[in-house]
Formats: sequence, structure tokens, C-alpha cells
Amino acid sequence: MADTARRGALAGRRPSGALLGVVPFFVYVTVFLIVPTLVVVVGAFIATGPGGQGALSLANIRALAQPAVTSALWHSLILSAVTAVAGAVIGALLAYAVSTAKPDGVLRRFTTSLCGVLAQFGGVALAFAFLATFGATGYLTNVLASTGLDDTGGLWLYEWNKGLMLVYLYFQIPLMLIVFLPAVEGLRPQWREAAETLGGSTWLYWRKVAAPILFPSFVGALLLLFTNAFSAYATAAALVSQGSPLLPLAIGGTLNSEVILGQENVGKAMALLMVVVVAAVMTLYAAIDRRASRWLAR
Amino acid sequence: MTRGVAVQLTDLRRTYSGVNALDGLTLHLEPGELVALLGPSGCGKTTALRCLAGLEDPDSGRVEVGGKDLTKVSTNKRDMGMVFQAYSLFPHLTARQNVEFGLQLRKQGSEQRRRRSAEMLELVGLSAHVDKYAHQMSGGQQQRVALARALAIEPQVLLLDEPLSALDAKVRTQLRDEIRRIQLEVGTTTLFVTHDQEEALAIADRVGVMRSGKLLQLAAPQELYSRPADDFVADFVGLTNRVVGTSRGTTAEALGASLPLLPGSATEGTVTVLIRPEHLTVTQDAQGSAVVISSSFLGAQGRVVVSPGEDLQQVLVQVPSAAVADFAPGDRVTLRPVGAPALAVARG
Ligand SMILES: Nc1ncnc2c1ncn2[C@@H]1O[C@H](COP(=O)(O)OP(=O)(O)OP(=O)(O)O)[C@@H](O)[C@H]1O
Ligand SMILES: [Mg+2]
Repeated sequence: MADTARRGALAGRRPSGALLGVVPFFVYVTVFLIVPTLVVVVGAFIATGPGGQGALSLANIRALAQPAVTSALWHSLILSAVTAVAGAVIGALLAYAVSTAKPDGVLRRFTTSLCGVLAQFGGVALAFAFLATFGATGYLTNVLASTGLDDTGGLWLYEWNKGLMLVYLYFQIPLMLIVFLPAVEGLRPQWREAAETLGGSTWLYWRKVAAPILFPSFVGALLLLFTNAFSAYATAAALVSQGSPLLPLAIGGTLNSEVILGQENVGKAMALLMVVVVAAVMTLYAAIDRRASRWLAR
Repeated sequence: MTRGVAVQLTDLRRTYSGVNALDGLTLHLEPGELVALLGPSGCGKTTALRCLAGLEDPDSGRVEVGGKDLTKVSTNKRDMGMVFQAYSLFPHLTARQNVEFGLQLRKQGSEQRRRRSAEMLELVGLSAHVDKYAHQMSGGQQQRVALARALAIEPQVLLLDEPLSALDAKVRTQLRDEIRRIQLEVGTTTLFVTHDQEEALAIADRVGVMRSGKLLQLAAPQELYSRPADDFVADFVGLTNRVVGTSRGTTAEALGASLPLLPGSATEGTVTVLIRPEHLTVTQDAQGSAVVISSSFLGAQGRVVVSPGEDLQQVLVQVPSAAVADFAPGDRVTLRPVGAPALAVARG
């Protein structure tokens, strides 16, 4: 009875017991998200050069203007945008195809669980699979070379704007399918039938009803794919050995031993740049997703 | 104002993997008439309505509207206004845009559309909510918009599939009466599907009772109630008592009295006589063979449950509410039919 007053204050929200349950979550978020972010943000503004050791400075931020960083950012943006758009379009079409299958049929269950695996199948394992197939000594490369069809030796695979894009699509498309499928399934049959009885053709239904309703979900999923590619590291690191064409690789580079003295915190400034880009995209995503889920709520 | 047209469904059949959803359904709607299709779950009401809308193709049979054969015509050419059970509004459009959807497809100008949608939304009492989205409206308001949207295109036929079943009781009766008012005002021939008998009786010019894909009886509410075609209809519409009796052709002996039989009754032998609770009287009688089981006050009237004798089914008797207090469990009473015509069916 002692906590009646407190209970009253929480009335209409959540029973106090449930608050205990989310404590581990907050601890987790603090240790793995808030603290690192603070380290990055603060570090980005602290000089490490011989001149102003430990002093507050904008030197790291100014260093972002050097060509190596701007081109890495640019490549990252292009790679993320291209694989997000292509992944979203292909994934959305697949999601629609899957949604027309029987809800608990074998095909449906197989596809969704396969995509669940593939969407997480990024990183070194995926890169290795590609290397083993298309790489310089890859299986398919050898076959192609021995038949004289292709003698480039699979070098395209190691370029960020060719091989890497293809590899990224391997997790972008399944991710899109998983994220977008609920939206496609949220389309109610009554909407199609109402449009039909009012005189609309199937094409008109898609254009005037289904497409506008799905649009926010589509854009939301596209943004998610964008950040997914933008922040991916392991796959790129395993596949690209020359230079640091992408922002995550460039950041990784500053953490390695070959770092030029005084550049460590430039890495933090680059990380800050990534945080800003991702935060901006996710803010947009949250706003769009709110609308999408209101329309498609069951 | 729309002129109603006649609707004729002839011998419609539809099978779903072995289930006869429609088993030779024939149904006629007079121009401007509101017919309610009533029946238990799974009897084929929705399938019948969807065949009329063109959303479902019958395996065989004919659909005619206004004398034209529409059996092979696609839904979007049929000119039907349809109101679904729930959640049919386009969520990305406001109430006004929803109502204008069909008008836009008919290439009406924006001025004309706006006038018509305002008129329709006023008709359903939603003038104050024209710019709201579905998620900003109550279930009842959404159904009003759906009705306005269906009527805006001046459809040949209005189809409603349990439009009130997702609403709570009070809104349901209110909107039910309003649908009827609007339907009379616009004069559109209407098919209204429901499994709620009270709703059907209250709203319809005629009620069709369905069972297993067939139409058992199509009649005005009064007639359906007082002259049911068979025991299924009698049981399904209103309350009825089953009493053992003996048929003598046009009359039957039951509960120690003789009462006239309705057409279609069994003409000989031991029968079950179906008697409505208001067609029975119960009186205190120390010598009576019947015993009161319970009595209850139901507001406008009262009800007494009586056991007519050993091995016989209990019966319900409707009494004036003031009389409820006169009967206590265990009282000996006499039970008499008032002599209203009843249906007798062979005991099986
Ligand atoms: N698409 C379908 N696939 C398989 N069976 C169906 C389908 N539609 C209807 N049925 C079956 O056809 C029969 C009639 O269905 P229908 O929906 O017309 O019944 P109803 O009278 O509208 O019932 P309710 O009151 O539950 O809405 C049922 O046995 C149902 O299971
Ligand atoms: Mg139904």
C-alpha cells in the first residue's frame, strides 16, 4: 500500500513491474550506444596533433574536407543509394509475389525464413562465398577463363561500384522482402473490391489505392536499406583490400596501426559524420513509418 | 433521385471445394425494394451478394438487373454500390475524397464532385467530418462514409454485407434506422445481408431466409413471423415452442386444445406443433398438470417458463409484465394455446 501514490502517478501508463523488465535494455543502450556516441562526439572536437594536444578544436572537422574523406563519403552514399533503390524495387516485387502465395503454404514459409537468413548473411561469410565463386581464383572465374569467355580474372568483384554493389544486393533484397511484406499484407481485400464496385479497373486500383497506401512503407523500407548499406563494414572490409573507398573502411583505417600521428580523432569526426547521416535518415524514417502504420494498422 | 430497378437471381450455384455455398438460389427484388437476406453463418448470404456484385462468379445461373443479363459482366461495369462489414474506406483519403472516388472515375468535374459529395455526406449526417481520415472516425462514422461513397455514384443496386455487425448495439440500431430512411429517400433497390433477425425484420420490405445455399422463404416480416414456411424458418425468426400434438388435417390437438394449422403443415399423425410464446396463456390452477419453472421480468413484458408435464419439453409463455409476480417456481398452472394458426411438422 505504501506505493499507492506512485502507482497513481503511473496509472494509465504501465504497471511498475514492467519498468523493471526494460532495465536491461536501457543498460544495453547506454553501454553500447550512448557511451560510444559520446566518445565519438567529444573526440571529434579534440585535437591530437603535436600543436594542441587535448585542446578543443575544429581541426578534425576541417580534416573531413580532404579528398580521401569526401570521396569515401561520396562512394558510400552512392553505393548505399543504388543498392537501396535496386534492393527496394526488386524486394518489393518479390514481397508482392510472396503475398499472393497461400499464407501458411510451404513456398511462403520457405521464402520468408530463407530471407531471414540471407538478410543477416552479410559480412565475411558472404564476401567469402563471392570470392570463392567470382574472385581472382574463384570457381566461376576459372571456368570462364578456361573457356575464354572472360579473361578479366574476376577483378571487377573487388571494385566498390561493381562487385560490392552486387554483394550488397544479396542482403538488401531479402531485407526488403522481410520489412515490406507486412505492408503488402496489410492491404485489405475490401479496398480492391470497393474500388472495383465503384467502377475502377485493376490497374486503377493499383495506381490510386494500393500504390499511395504502400508508398510510405516503401520509402521507409528504402531508408532502412540505405542505412543498412551505409553502415555495413565487414563485407566491404573482407572484399576490398586496396585503399579505403568507403567511409566505414576509412574510419577503420584510422583505427589501424598505420595511422599517421595525430589523425586518430579524424576517424571520430568521420564517425560523427556517419552518425549525422544515419540519424537524419532515421528521423525521416520514423516520421514516414508513423503514417504508414496508421494506414495499415490491423 | 434514383429510380429503382428489378433484380433477378436465377438458380445460382457456387461450390467451393465440395461445399455448396449456393445451391440453386433464386431471388427476385422489386424495383426500389429492400430485401434482407437472413440465415445462419455459412448459409451462403455473402456468396449470393458477391455474385450479384460480380465479385464472385457463379458456377451456373443468371444475374439480371433491370432486365439486363449481367452474369458475364465484370464488377467495375455493373454499377453497384457496396458497403462492407468494416474497414473498407481508403485510408489515405479523407471522407470527402472517399465519396468522390467513384465520381472521379465517372469523369465528373471537380465542382460537380464537390457538390455531390457534400450532399451525400450531409445525407448521412457527416457534414462536420468531411476532411477526416478513416483512422480519425468511429466505426459508425466510417460506415456512414462507406454508405455515402456507395450511394454517390447513384448505383443501380445497393449491396450491404453485414454493415452493422462491427458496431456496438446502440449505434447499430441507430444506423440501421438511418440506412432505412436513406434507402427510402433515394429509392435504390437494396440487398442487405445479416444474420441478426431483429435487424432484418426491422429494416426490410421483405426478408429472405436462407439455409445451406437455398432460399427457404421470402416474405414480408409480418408474414414471415406469423406464417413461417417450415420449422427452420419458425425457429430462426423469433422464439418458438415445440409442443407434441396430433394433426387432424387442417387443425391439430395440442395442450388439450384444438388450433388451426398453417399451410404446409403435416396433415396426419403425431406432430410437433410450433407455438409462439405470445400465443400461449398460463393461469393458476391447483389441479393443473403443468408446473412453473421460473418467471422473469423483461421490461415491456414478462416471461414464464413452464414444464407442461413429465417428459415434455419446457415452454416459454409471454405474459404482461405486471403478471410476472403472480407466478413462482413450483406453482401448478394450466397452459392453453390462444388458438392462433400454427405450423405442425412430422415428428422426426
Ligand atoms: N473463398 C472461399 N473459399 C472456400 N469456401 C468458401 C469461400 N467463400 C465461402 N465459402 C464457403 O461457402 C459457404 C457460404 O459462405 P458465405 O460466406 O456465403 O456464408 P455467409 O452466409 O455469408 O456466412 P456468415 O454469416 O458467416 O458471413 C461457407 O461454407 C463457406 O465456408
Ligand atoms: Mg457473410
